[in-house]
Amino acid sequence: MNIVVCVKHVPNPDLPMVVDPETRRLVRDPGESVLDTADEYGVEIALQLAEMHGGEVTVVTMGPEAADDALRRALAMGAHNAMHIVDESLAGSDALGTARTLAAAVEPLDADLVICATESTDAYSGMVPGALAEMLGLPQLTFAREAEVDGDSITVKRAVDTGVQTIQATLPVVMTVTASIAEPRYPTFRGLMQAKRKPVDVKSLADLGLDASLVGEAGAQERVTEIATETVEKEGVKIHDDGGDSIDQIVAYLKRIEVI
Amino acid sequence: MAERRVWVWVEVDVEGRPDKLSLELLTLARSIGTAEAVVLHPDAAGTVELLGEHGASAVYVGNDARFGDFVVDPHVDAMAALLNDESPDLVLFPSMFSARDIQARLVGRLGIGAISNATNVSYDGDDIVVTAPYGAETIGTVTLDNDGPHLVQIRPKAFPIEAVGGSAEVREVSPAIDDSRCRVRLLETIEEVSEGPNLEDATVIVSGGRGLGSADNYIIVEELAGQLGGAPGASRAIVDAGWVPYSHQVGQTGKVVKPSLYVAVGISGAIQHLVGMQGSSNIIAINTDEDAPIFDVADFGVVGDALQIVPALTARLREES
Ligand SMILES: Cc1cc2nc3c(=O)[nH]c(=O)nc-3n(C[C@H](O)[C@H](O)[C@H](O)COP(=O)(O)OP(=O)(O)OC[C@H]3O[C@@H](n4cnc5c(N)ncnc54)[C@H](O)[C@@H]3O)c2cc1C
Ligand SMILES: Nc1ncnc2c1ncn2[C@@H]1O[C@H](COP(=O)(O)O)[C@@H](O)[C@H]1O
Repeated sequence: MNIVVCVKHVPNPDLPMVVDPETRRLVRDPGESVLDTADEYGVEIALQLAEMHGGEVTVVTMGPEAADDALRRALAMGAHNAMHIVDESLAGSDALGTARTLAAAVEPLDADLVICATESTDAYSGMVPGALAEMLGLPQLTFAREAEVDGDSITVKRAVDTGVQTIQATLPVVMTVTASIAEPRYPTFRGLMQAKRKPVDVKSLADLGLDASLVGEAGAQERVTEIATETVEKEGVKIHDDGGDSIDQIVAYLKRIEVI
Repeated sequence: MAERRVWVWVEVDVEGRPDKLSLELLTLARSIGTAEAVVLHPDAAGTVELLGEHGASAVYVGNDARFGDFVVDPHVDAMAALLNDESPDLVLFPSMFSARDIQARLVGRLGIGAISNATNVSYDGDDIVVTAPYGAETIGTVTLDNDGPHLVQIRPKAFPIEAVGGSAEVREVSPAIDDSRCRVRLLETIEEVSEGPNLEDATVIVSGGRGLGSADNYIIVEELAGQLGGAPGASRAIVDAGWVPYSHQVGQTGKVVKPSLYVAVGISGAIQHLVGMQGSSNIIAINTDEDAPIFDVADFGVVGDALQIVPALTARLREES
């Protein structure tokens, strides 16, 4: 089974988000960026499925030079191959441009299964996987919390607004996964060492045969015209509890806001 | 100039009614043009009356059984054909699972841009102006450069539901659905039933996080919620850990709630949690770490051990009531 996982290098989610007022783009400090934790789940389930059914896992990212780091992390977890699409004209891509680029890169890989996270931690548009599935002409099974492959059939359990659904399709498909799908493994020391030496297939737009006017800033239809910062910090009260002595004050607060 | 045609994508709930989030979008749709709704669902016909009452002047009704037996593909094919024939200016999607699937595929199909997580849409001349928060503190104003239709997903609770009276004209949709395009079959749906008021309707919510230490301790959250006549909620960490069902999750990938009181118990206050609850009128946070980010949005913060404070608080409230 040939599995492709689309992964993204994102600013450390524990740090506050910074937007450059000039370019109106997210500031991405390579030193403070990581493999999106949302993508680690996809890498993990891909590895488990490959271990169970045979085959290889290829991780693909579109991003600046520094995104190599995200691929190395996935390789260290055990991914077999990595592809990095890097090109200056890709800067400023919106979901459409990203999906176009990933589609051009993934199509020739002839995957049985393409895995994405439901949404990335930095952009969280959640639009890339569906757009990618459409461009690849594949069915999509989204928000998976459990996935089972049996021959050429894939069954996914997912929690949606109306309850828990079981959906099924025939491979090849695009699947998006949630954190419930599998607990990501930590890379072993050996894995980390090997990942440094594994080759990464670096591709430019020209290598993919993509027209630069369709991607990046040039192809983007979604345009940010203004960015404003709003401080949400409240002038709240903060008290320290000592052996239960805060109860009176909490009750007084509940009375003041007329909840009791 | 003709009035803008604003479509609302309608999801149907388990009782066969239009989902609340779709009704919220009709309020926005009416404010910027002629509101029309699209329902592709076996029970679509039953939704028309309520949609009309909430301001839809017309409802596109597609009730082919395959809209219920399969997900995504038949809906996308039908919607793409409708958009092509009718050319609305704007399509609003609720922030729901199936709606997102359809919007994302339309981006790929039509090769057009789209915006997610928006809280408002207006027009400046011919330009669409969309407000979309990035993270908790940064608000973006975004436009779409394509001619239309513009596809915009709106966050929950951005607009109130307003019954304005009125009735909708029914426009039957009978798209040619190709069986070979019905590729993802829905085998079963198990409804999650939760007791007590549900999160979206509750005026008080008490949510627990990983600070509770173990699944067994979630009971202190349920008991406090029960005592306050509210509903229990959760952070994603404990939903993922399997302590409570997904229906309890508050946040970016869970429910967005705005109760009059939200109590965060042992929750750190990750950005993805905050976007789901920071609109609450009053917020109490109980956390052992005085630097936890949840205190930045709290009106009343208690630095201390939730396992001691919460049961003691519940006991006191019980005595007083
Ligand atoms: C794409 C994406 C989407 C996400 N969507 C959501 C979402 O919808 N909702 C959501 O909640 N999260 C979401 N998350 C996860 C989010 O980033 C956090 O990981 C999660 O909210 C953390 O949950 P927590 O606060 O329970 O756990 P932790 O961050 O582990 O916090 C536990 C807290 O408990 C405190 N504590 C420990 N012991 C005690 C005690 N005895 N008494 C009191 N306090 C104690 C600790 O000080 C700590 O602050 C998402 C993440 C991603 C990447
Ligand atoms: N630049 C990228 N490179 C590789 N995969 C991506 C990229 N952007 C988005 N994806 C994939 O699409 C998912 C959803 O992203 P988004 O639509 O931005 O929320 C991510 O979790 C990835 O799996």
